[in-house]
Amino acid sequence: MASPVPLSTASMPAAEARLALAEQLLACDAARPCAEVMVDWLAHHAQAGAVACLAREEPGGRLACLAARGLSEAQRTAMEWTPDTLDHPLAGVLAHAAPRYFPAPRAPLPAVGTGGCFAVPLGRPGTPAVGLLLLAGSGPTLPPEVAWLAAHAGPAFARLVSVPSATGPRDDVAGSGLLRRIIDAVADPVLLTDLEGRPRIANSRAEALLVAAPDASEGRRRAVELNRRVFSTALASAASGEAAWRAAGFRRRELPLVDPSEGMDLLFELISTPVQEPDGRAAVVSVLRNVTDLGRATQALGESYRRLRATEREARSERHRLDRVLDSVADPIILSDPSGGMVMMNAPAEKLFALPLDGGKAVHRRVRSNAASCSSFLANLVGTESAVSLRWRGQLSLVDPATGTTIPVEAVASKVVGDNGELTGIVTLFRDRSETLEKVRLLEQVKEVSSQLEARVQVATAELAEQNEKLRRQAIQLEQASAAKSQFLANMSHEFRTPLNAILGYTNMLLQGVSGELSPAQKRNLTRIDSNGRHLLEVINEILDITRIEAGRMPLHLSDFGIPELLQEVLAELDPIIARSKLAVSTHLGPRVPAVHSDRQKVKQVVLNLLSNALKFTHEGSVKVSADYVPATSTLTISVSDTGIGIDPAYQEKIFEDFQQVDSSPTRAYGGTGLGLSICRRLATMLGGRVTLQSAPGQGSTFTLHFPRRARRA
Amino acid sequence: MTNTSTTPKPLVLVVDDYQDAREMYAEYLEFSGFRVAEAKNGQEALDKAFELRPDIILMDLSLPIIDGWEATRRLKNDDRTRTIPVVALTGHAMTGQSDEAKGAGCDSFVTKPCLPDALVDEVRRVLATRGGPRAG
Repeated sequence: MASPVPLSTASMPAAEARLALAEQLLACDAARPCAEVMVDWLAHHAQAGAVACLAREEPGGRLACLAARGLSEAQRTAMEWTPDTLDHPLAGVLAHAAPRYFPAPRAPLPAVGTGGCFAVPLGRPGTPAVGLLLLAGSGPTLPPEVAWLAAHAGPAFARLVSVPSATGPRDDVAGSGLLRRIIDAVADPVLLTDLEGRPRIANSRAEALLVAAPDASEGRRRAVELNRRVFSTALASAASGEAAWRAAGFRRRELPLVDPSEGMDLLFELISTPVQEPDGRAAVVSVLRNVTDLGRATQALGESYRRLRATEREARSERHRLDRVLDSVADPIILSDPSGGMVMMNAPAEKLFALPLDGGKAVHRRVRSNAASCSSFLANLVGTESAVSLRWRGQLSLVDPATGTTIPVEAVASKVVGDNGELTGIVTLFRDRSETLEKVRLLEQVKEVSSQLEARVQVATAELAEQNEKLRRQAIQLEQASAAKSQFLANMSHEFRTPLNAILGYTNMLLQGVSGELSPAQKRNLTRIDSNGRHLLEVINEILDITRIEAGRMPLHLSDFGIPELLQEVLAELDPIIARSKLAVSTHLGPRVPAVHSDRQKVKQVVLNLLSNALKFTHEGSVKVSADYVPATSTLTISVSDTGIGIDPAYQEKIFEDFQQVDSSPTRAYGGTGLGLSICRRLATMLGGRVTLQSAPGQGSTFTLHFPRRARRA
Repeated sequence: MTNTSTTPKPLVLVVDDYQDAREMYAEYLEFSGFRVAEAKNGQEALDKAFELRPDIILMDLSLPIIDGWEATRRLKNDDRTRTIPVVALTGHAMTGQSDEAKGAGCDSFVTKPCLPDALVDEVRRVLATRGGPRAG
């Protein structure tokens, strides 16, 4: 019903035609279609050859042709006029709002046949007409269809043609109830201003921002003043770019204003459109749209977006850092999702679990085997629901994909739990246990070897203890043997001495002539007995000395004595031998040879032995006894140098041993027990000194006794 | 070498179980101008010493019945023989014996073998230091 149905035939009953028109008019929302509907309807139902509908046009109030039938374009244009020309024939029709018939020659409608023309004002009764209907007719009586249409469609048309009265003041237009209500009903501030922004029409919302009532507060006035200044500036700057403005038709910008009542900052979007006022002045229609919340929202959105970007960057760098950290860990680390699927892994883990691009079949197989091991390990944790087992530890046997070597690892999987206790992931750490196992193995080996060693040590210790015991027994036996030997030697010495004492005694007595004078031959023989007896005594004494020293039965008898006197005594004792030897024996005392504190008997015995030896082994040349003092070491030296046979270096040490001689053969040329030097060395040791030898075969020998000036009691 | 007959010859008691030695020393002492008494063991030495009051005793230390140390000790503990010098005479040259001998009261210590003239020299030396007051 509501859709405009085109009127088809003229034979339509009048009532139906009128109803159809009413419906069509109701569907119209603008003046021009409304005019067209009326023109069409009249053309059909009033049998008019030419019909036109004029309407006031804003601005200016010019009458324009909105619709026409049976008229050329030029004829249409010719009909248009402005109300300023009051002498126009139609002006009276408008002014009196009554239909009028114009006969033929003066008809304002261009020639339509021979007849005249009707001019019917359109509008609401009692108000100025807003338009005119012109139609050819042969009056003077207005056809009833035309009258009906004018009466009924007029108000509707007037409603659609919102034109200000050509004669009324501006305020009247602005204040005209309907328009006022319309623009007041707009939620946004709407104004018509001149180019400087002075308002001519403003709806109530615009007034609230830009107009201050005379009784308004000071603050409000100031706020309004500020708003107007801002608004003016905005418009002025818009006007300065007028060309662009006009090209675009409107201009859009943001306008920061103040809410005069609340004092809050508001942000408006200003859409300003240049218009021409009816009087031709340039004006601007401005629509302000409150975008404060939008601005804030945009700002907040921008801020959120910025923060989001920053957070994203942070997260990315954090992720990179995490990746680097994880990669820097030498142990493989895997992050799995709650179902056990791998989400992330560090570089060491990749070597074990990531399929390499260039790997062969074997490598892939090993990687898959590793992944399978890992999955079955993780299954221990994935399956469990409760938080009881947050961690799972186990031993795995992985394979080095590159080499196929088995890597024993310890895996520790930890659940990552979200804020609500739900499982969000699993972190698994692998630690290569090869080294540990190797260490354990080595440790085991060490332990084993150690225990073996310990056993051996125990055996050795036992053997050692046994040996020690044996040695101890041997030592005891040796001691006993030594004691027995000493005792034996002592007894033997005694048994030798007793008869020897008698032999030497009687010989001595005989030589002294106790039993009367002896013949030279008897004397010579007795002397030989005496000599041999003394030699035998010497041997016995030497054996006894060794025995005494060995048995520790020869204590030190320390006393102060002088070396020169001691040497004299020695020479005196050996005088008979020296006299027989035909050797040049001399003594030399070094400078400042001091008196000594030592065992005089032992020093004397050593020198005696050394000198005896020298005399014994020297056939020609000389023997020199010299004494010196070495202050640096507080040591005395008594040397016996000879020009004798000398001693081969190979024997130089041996001759100091018991019973040893350079020549021990049965055919040896020199007699002796081989105890003399041994005794010398032992005695020197008791004195805290030593005996040294410098010799070469054929070059003679020098034996030297070194002993401290002050002997220490042992 | 012989002593003049006007001075009384000192009496030497030679104690030694080895007869040859004893007689040898005795012969040489007599040859050197001493009177000599002999004893062949410790007991006999004590008896002779108490009986004869010799001027000096040559005491072998290893003796049968009573050894030389014991005999010397007894002589030195008896007022009658206390002042008679005792020269210990031994073939045992081991250390300690001389100290022991001194401890037993011996005035001198001579190690065998000791030639007769050396022994006589020692006797004369001891008598010169100890015999002085007695001679006076």
